Amino acid sequence: MVLDRRHFLGTSVALTATLAAPVVWGQANGRPKVVVIGGGPGGATAARYIAKDSDGGIDVTLVEPTRDYYTCFFSNLYIGGFRDLASLRHSYGALASVYGINVVHETAVGVDRDARTVTLSCGAVLPYDRLVISPGIDFVEGSVPGWDVSAQHAMPHAYKAGSQTELAKAQVAAMPEGGLFCMIAPPNPFRCPPGPYERVSMVAHVLKQTNPRAKILIADPKEKYSKQALFEEGWQAHYTGMIDRLGPDFGGGNVMVDPGEMTVDIDGEVTRVDVCNVIPAQKAGRIAELAGLTDETGYCPIVPATMQSRLDAAVHVLGDAAHQGDMPKSAFAANSQAKVAAMAIRGALTGSKVFPAKFSNTCWSLISPENGVKVGATYEATEEKIAKVDGFISQTDEEAALRQATFEESLGWYAGITADIFG
Amino acid sequence: MTPAPRSVAAAAALLLAPALPAGASTFGDVDRGAALWAQCRPCHEIGEAARNKIGPNLNFVFGRKAADVDDFRYSEAMQRARNEGLVWSLDTLDKFIAQPNAVVPGTRMGFPGLSDPAARADVLAWLRKNSDNPRDIPEAPPTAVGTDHSVAPEILAIVGDAEYGAYLASECLTCHRAGGAMEGIPSVTGWPQEDFVVAMHAYKDKVRDHPVMQMMAGRLNNEEIAALAAYFADLGG
Ligand SMILES: Cc1cc2nc3c(=O)[nH]c(=O)nc-3n(C[C@H](O)[C@H](O)[C@H](O)COP(=O)(O)OP(=O)(O)OC[C@H]3O[C@@H](n4cnc5c(N)ncnc54)[C@H](O)[C@@H]3O)c2cc1C
Ligand code: HEC
Ligand code: HEC
Repeated sequence: MVLDRRHFLGTSVALTATLAAPVVWGQANGRPKVVVIGGGPGGATAARYIAKDSDGGIDVTLVEPTRDYYTCFFSNLYIGGFRDLASLRHSYGALASVYGINVVHETAVGVDRDARTVTLSCGAVLPYDRLVISPGIDFVEGSVPGWDVSAQHAMPHAYKAGSQTELAKAQVAAMPEGGLFCMIAPPNPFRCPPGPYERVSMVAHVLKQTNPRAKILIADPKEKYSKQALFEEGWQAHYTGMIDRLGPDFGGGNVMVDPGEMTVDIDGEVTRVDVCNVIPAQKAGRIAELAGLTDETGYCPIVPATMQSRLDAAVHVLGDAAHQGDMPKSAFAANSQAKVAAMAIRGALTGSKVFPAKFSNTCWSLISPENGVKVGATYEATEEKIAKVDGFISQTDEEAALRQATFEESLGWYAGITADIFG
Repeated sequence: MTPAPRSVAAAAALLLAPALPAGASTFGDVDRGAALWAQCRPCHEIGEAARNKIGPNLNFVFGRKAADVDDFRYSEAMQRARNEGLVWSLDTLDKFIAQPNAVVPGTRMGFPGLSDPAARADVLAWLRKNSDNPRDIPEAPPTAVGTDHSVAPEILAIVGDAEYGAYLASECLTCHRAGGAMEGIPSVTGWPQEDFVVAMHAYKDKVRDHPVMQMMAGRLNNEEIAALAAYFADLGG
């Protein structure tokens, strides 16, 4: 039913969208049309590969509200003082000028899956033959009682990069001598499994130099976390006595915050904190939910071989928003999935050859200066899920030279993947 | 043959390069240099029958303009350096092999650099002696990390499907730069197919160590490696 599937963000926008006669873009030419929602590693990579490899045979529109994309990946290194903010910023200029992608800086507010159209915040309506949706994550409301987006200034999440990251860094710099930094870590599944712990390492690195008596407290609802042995070894060696983590056994899963008072209540014990980094539970970006593509997990189930939504074969879901199986929610994974989807979409729309899907991921983390570690795996598409084939992880007790080479590799990876995403 | 005076533009470019060691003025020890040449030999040949490999042949390199070997596909960066007047002399070579990326930013030469000035003086002494007398080079077998691995001739003979290679390569381009720039991760564009195939099999057979590359190569079959070699051979410029 058409009406049931017409979903809109916010009623005022929806009203403008339905009342104003919708502008329908680009219907005049006969090329197949792909609309991509979200210009992160998933969406921008898909747009670029479809445009590049179809040689203009497919009309690609990329819908992304921000003009500058700040990468979450490496944003912890910015917090640690290893990069400047400008180095995390990427524009969509090359996608528009070199690859001929129609880049539209608007927010998608509705998807009509029967009519195959996307409605934008400006009221325009984009028709599509295939829709790619890669909107990243949003936070689960109420997952940290006392916190909501209106409190993100007092207690930043810094889990969508840009001003939030800047704020978190400034708050760490402004901590009183011997103060307390608290992190509320998220439950699984969330973007970048080692991300919170790399952040703690970077905050500890800053505090060690500027405020060595300061302490870090992590409240964590998870028993275990990614690269745990590597982080614990590094914290022990480089930030001795600074970092404390309360897992679920110690009430780390029973947390409330009061942003007005700057207090944290962990299992009934209230502590005053100087900085509180709240990383709430996560779900697929709101537009995926509005488009009716999510399941009970809050994410979008997909068909591994093509990244098509299990609920609609004309839609492909990528990256953090996808409920896909064994891959972590990472930029590397989103970029890898985008290439599989781009190949499948070109195959469907232009008849180009389709090859078996291959996926891979590697995530680096920096623990202290030039002390990098990594974890990686390859994956294949099974009927049921994206399934892990093979993997590796850095070892504890590695030599400094190897850790340094790993760190240098991560710099190469950042340069490589951002060139691969944004052209 | 005396080294040609280096041009003003190249000199200026070199002066702008950050924190480079002061220019070399002397050649070192040829014999010690011969041992150090092992680090260059995976990629460069020199001598009468020298072919271009991953890098150009280095015959008569002293006094030669940068990017001057006709049938070698240089990076855009190296061609730009040539246009700006870079000529190889003791001084410019010394700076280049100390930190290739600082002298020619974006170069495809996948070599981290020799930081020890004495080692550079030695290898350049050897290079100078042999480069200017390419006939004198004894035919030495390659000792490269990647290229000393033996791969069956029937595997080397597989003709790769470049279209499949293009899809498979998209996975590699998350780390390796299509244009050949290198920064913490080596360049693999424009390689002779055989060297490429051998390097991949060295990882696949776990003869060459590196967790990421062993994993990536480990799940590629012989046809897929050939397809990738065909694709990367034609990429970049
Ligand atoms: C601190 C931190 C460190 C990390 N480190 C790493 C790392 O080292 N390596 C790694 O691989 N990954 C890392 N990640 C994870 C990585 O950032 C994400 O997994 C990745 O960004 C996911 O890409 P995506 O395309 O799914 O979503 P996103 O990157 O979130 O992109 C989604 C885009 O969609 C846009 N959008 C949302 N809704 C709409 C709408 N309605 N209309 C139009 N556009 C919309 C948004 O503006 C956004 O630009 C890290 C993350 C964090 C937070
Ligand atoms: C991993 C492969 C590799 C190694 C190892 C390597 N090179 Fe190179 N070299 C290259 C490539 C590729 C180029 C071409 C660079 C370009 O086009 O940007 C090059 C270019 C050069 C040039 C410029 C040649 C010209 O025609 O302009 C010189 C000189 C040179 N290398 C010397 C050396 C020396 C000396 C060593 C050892 C100390 C060495 N290289 C090690 C790959 C390598
Ligand atoms: C996660 C990042 C990453 C990915 C993805 C990746 N590589 Fe690599 N690759 C590296 C690193 C790092 C090295 C250097 C390894 C070493 O020191 O031996 C390397 C080395 C190589 C080498 C040898 C280079 C030399 O100078 O000897 C080749 C060839 C190569 N890779 C090909 C590939 C191909 C083909 C793919 C895709 C199937 C691929 N790589 C995917 C990171 C990556």
